Amino acid sequence: MTDVTTATTTGTTGTGSGERPVGTPAFDVDRIRKDFPILSRELPGGRPLVYLDSGNSSQKPVQVIEAMREHLSMHYGNVGRAMHALGAESTEAYEDARDKVAAFVGAPDRDEIVFTKNASEALNLVAHAFGNPTNSDPRFTLGPGDEIVISEMEHHSNIVPWQMLAARTGATLKWFPVTDEGRLDLSGIEELVTERTKIVSVAHQSNVLGTVNPVDRILARVRQVGALLMLDASQSVPHKPVDVAALGVDFLAFTGHKAVGPSGIGVLWARAELLEAMPPFLGGGEMIEAVWMDRSTYAPAPHKFEAGTPPIVEAVGLGAAVDYLSAVGLDAVARHERELTAYALQALRELPGLKVIGPEDLEDRGGTVSFTLQGVHPHDVGQILDDEFGVAVRVGHHCARPLHLRFGIPATTRASFYLYNTTAEIDALVRGLHHVQKVFA
Amino acid sequence: MIAESMYQELILEHYKHPQGRGLRDPFDAEVHHVNPTCGDEITMRVKLGDGGKVEDVSYDGQGCSISQAAASVLHELATGSTVEETLAVVDEFTRLMQGRGKVEADEDVLGDAVAFAGVAKFPARVKCALLAWMAYKDAVARSA
Repeated sequence: MTDVTTATTTGTTGTGSGERPVGTPAFDVDRIRKDFPILSRELPGGRPLVYLDSGNSSQKPVQVIEAMREHLSMHYGNVGRAMHALGAESTEAYEDARDKVAAFVGAPDRDEIVFTKNASEALNLVAHAFGNPTNSDPRFTLGPGDEIVISEMEHHSNIVPWQMLAARTGATLKWFPVTDEGRLDLSGIEELVTERTKIVSVAHQSNVLGTVNPVDRILARVRQVGALLMLDASQSVPHKPVDVAALGVDFLAFTGHKAVGPSGIGVLWARAELLEAMPPFLGGGEMIEAVWMDRSTYAPAPHKFEAGTPPIVEAVGLGAAVDYLSAVGLDAVARHERELTAYALQALRELPGLKVIGPEDLEDRGGTVSFTLQGVHPHDVGQILDDEFGVAVRVGHHCARPLHLRFGIPATTRASFYLYNTTAEIDALVRGLHHVQKVFA
Repeated sequence: MIAESMYQELILEHYKHPQGRGLRDPFDAEVHHVNPTCGDEITMRVKLGDGGKVEDVSYDGQGCSISQAAASVLHELATGSTVEETLAVVDEFTRLMQGRGKVEADEDVLGDAVAFAGVAKFPARVKCALLAWMAYKDAVARSA
């Protein structure tokens, strides 16, 4: 990948924020871009690709692609059950990936990392443990009179599993409202999170607003009432250092494909004693200890939750992805995205009729910027940005329809940034938006 | 670029100045159709008269330029025409939209609706163009 050309997308990000600690190497976005083969391709008609949709799914570095190719080419076998060399190599690679992910998120114990197929499955797995007749642990009992608390800014994957849980147990679903600025409204937290609350599940960072939620304040109240706290960290883990032990929460879910890893693999982290108390999710191969015709006993976590042949190559890819991110440094990634976000918020202000949905300052905010453009529907914005400028953004409700209803809008256009994006790409977005306004003037 | 061919002047005109927009009485049937993938929606009312004459097509909704302009064009084409004639146009329009850009549009049948021919090249947008037309077909069926 040495002959890639980035001439059309080169940009500088040195905005002189002065936040880089002395002695750390400069973040070289041009060098990073060379690791991502797709960024040097052209779209039909010779358009350069300007990929601003990493909040939806990120692109993959050659290190991840090669690790997966190498595993498939030379080491592939089933894991945990094959008594031969390839089985051993595959098992080692799969379990190595678990070690890497555990270290990446600061899990105290590697067995606290459960591989799932995505963050949705991780959230469903936890929801399944509540109000389950096979689980008598008082922390997980749930029925009429008990309450589940989420928020209005959640992705559907952190709404629907809890709606389904409420429907099957008779428990009540409640939620934190969102302020006009796009922050969680915690003013009513004492009334919302009470002794009736069993589980609170909120986004660590909003996939629409970019808002980073105050985990400390929520956790303090959750602990006061003896409930459990889950974080949907799909939009935070890929972008900044996240340490589950430091956070002090109970459950955390994220997905590989947003973190320069492959699709098909997600992660649930939970405190070991909770995983031990939780019932299995799917039944099948490799999640058992012993099976009789009328009953089974189960393997300890994490295998209890990994029924069937897991996403082996995807786990290897995720291991390579967290290696890659660790080598670049999550602090550096976060700093780079902060610079991009500052640049974007400033640049978007020059467009008349553009309204940012979410915080307009950088405090507790990640690199996701959603907005509306007066008189133009986001689908038209997205179509013209893509077709004329090669700018890939996401348009629609981004799987957060209730949040859009809250703001009284059907849809937004969302630009989301990652370690490989440049200010030049944000300039391309702004140029594209000017053209959109011209077409619809 | 190809999207330019989709955003025909006629479509943009109808989007900015929709014809016959707003729900009106009396009506024989009212339907509400949504496109769950993008959230576009339309409420449509149809009032039929003697001999299958379409006396009024009124609608309200929200969505992208394609879906809203398609409703406006449909209103112009259908109002004053007959059910039989308009259903023939709906069929031709559907055939064009589902033709992946490879179907030659019959301008004699389609009239202004031929402006949507470019949309057929964008699979993700075909449903936008068809939303109002499918709602109309449904409303007419319910009026009978």
